[in-house]
Amino acid sequence: MSILVLRGLTQRFGGLVAVKEVDFEIEEGTIVAMIGPNGAGKSTVFNVITGIYRPTAGTVEFNGKAIQGRKTSDIAALGIARTFQNIRLFAFMSSLDNVMTGRHSRMRATLADALLHTPAAAKEERLVKERASEILRFCGLERDAHTFATNLPYGAQRRLEIARALAGDPKLLLLDEPAAGMNPIEKEELVGLIRRIRETGVTIFLIEHDMSLVMQISERIAVLDYGEKIAEGAPEAIRTNERVIEAYLGKPA
Amino acid sequence: MRKLWTSLDPRLRGFVVLALCAFIPLLDGNPSHLNVLADAATFILLALGLNIVVGFAGLLDLGYAAFFAIGSYAYAMLASPQFGVHIPFWVMLFVASGIAGIFGILLGAPTLRLRGDYLAIVTLGFGEIVPQTFLNLSQWTNGPNGIGPLDQPVLFNYRFGLHTLPYYFVGLALVALAIVVVHNLQDSRLGRSWMAIREDELAAAHMGINTTKAKLSAFALGASFSGLAGVAYGAKLNLVSPDQFQFNVSIFVLSMLVLGGMGNIYGVIAGSFLLSALERFILPQATIFAHDLGFSQVDFSNYRFLMYGLILVSIMLFRPAGLFPSRQRAAELTAGKTDEMVAAHEQSLYTEAIK
Repeated sequence: MSILVLRGLTQRFGGLVAVKEVDFEIEEGTIVAMIGPNGAGKSTVFNVITGIYRPTAGTVEFNGKAIQGRKTSDIAALGIARTFQNIRLFAFMSSLDNVMTGRHSRMRATLADALLHTPAAAKEERLVKERASEILRFCGLERDAHTFATNLPYGAQRRLEIARALAGDPKLLLLDEPAAGMNPIEKEELVGLIRRIRETGVTIFLIEHDMSLVMQISERIAVLDYGEKIAEGAPEAIRTNERVIEAYLGKPA
Repeated sequence: MRKLWTSLDPRLRGFVVLALCAFIPLLDGNPSHLNVLADAATFILLALGLNIVVGFAGLLDLGYAAFFAIGSYAYAMLASPQFGVHIPFWVMLFVASGIAGIFGILLGAPTLRLRGDYLAIVTLGFGEIVPQTFLNLSQWTNGPNGIGPLDQPVLFNYRFGLHTLPYYFVGLALVALAIVVVHNLQDSRLGRSWMAIREDELAAAHMGINTTKAKLSAFALGASFSGLAGVAYGAKLNLVSPDQFQFNVSIFVLSMLVLGGMGNIYGVIAGSFLLSALERFILPQATIFAHDLGFSQVDFSNYRFLMYGLILVSIMLFRPAGLFPSRQRAAELTAGKTDEMVAAHEQSLYTEAIK
């Protein structure tokens, strides 16, 4: 079953067509990548999916329901989580608080609970703290639970963003260049982490420039160039696809 | 002893201090001193409320006195001979904080898309509009003359009258209530979402936080505190007039946060206490002292804005995060020059603290 379906997705900013009639389907439980040269519109696709932009045309279906144009917070609550190309952690909150915040949409405490510190809210708070610690451990950050996000080393910040995204029990995880700026060892760890996340039943959709990483973990790849999808298929097919090579390297003279 | 003290729950520590404060009248029964302390309690309430908006949610509000005015006028109109309505003081505490909270939402709603400087300008405008409105609606508010006398609180047949002592205890109780509420908020789902919005609004929305609701609840709760403060202040003064809620009140309360340490409950309380004491006690005493020495022309109270200026500038220079900063603020303000050492030092302080 497809968990995410993009149909005729188009995003215009004034005269610029950032995304042009993109059709794409993601099977539940798979790892799928979107690649393409800088400025191809990859992040814009993510921004449309998470509701930052309302698409000019086309639809985004998540689990069979159209979600385009809905509020970002509602889309997150439906089960789509993401990380950002430029890390956007809550810099001056501890790793634990970052992850606990990530669980916001799964919590029930109301304003009255917060004011009165009701037993139900206290219990929920305790459970969320436990769950958040578990997730930190899962992402190899258990020792950094009380460190401010901003004081973590770069690779750990990237992993913390993933941990925070996982806290909301997402069905679909969008990773925007998760390996950017990582050294080879950190990349290795990242591949392991992404695979382990998939084993828990989360579908993963990533944007990435590191081709060896993309080829290593993706089951399907879509290629975007100037906002258009120019190819889609298994890693092997994409590697040898002429249009893709052309988009990256230019036409042979 | 110190270890025992730090091992206590911070809420409990707050209560121990407040309980000790309850004995102050036994040691010093001077009504004018108690008057200063009762007013300090009002300003602590205001500062704790503003701290929710500015310190927690990061929304710079320069018109906070507007809600103080609304709370006071609510009491003045609903508990005085003005319209012949006489709702009891204790009920009015809830009613006025509710009314102020509603106005918090009304004035907060148009500013939702604004941040930083722009938000500051708009809230500054609201802070000017509200007292002006009370001034000009003279058929209801008596314009510049204000409304008075107001009803005196009655507790079990005990009339407060114009004594300061009972108001001091009311102030103390309200501060205790405020501390509990702020603590509860701080470690809650809502409190975390405010801080997330302060740190990164877009990322917060991606966590499923409805940023509109969260910001409005910050405005509403912050305003409701000043509703409480307004009722207590109005009842004690027995008069409410528009000139009590000028721009300088908003700035005065904001200075308390800056001085004490934004975001940290006890820092905020210390800041408000110090500035209240300076304005109402230290400067007048210094003036009397100068007169005794023969400098009869000197009135230090005229220099209070100079004093605030000096204090704020020195704080910015020497302790930019305030006297008792929250962990976040301290880190934020050193972040510019953060090198490995600062980070390591903070980390070690914190690991010490959580042991």
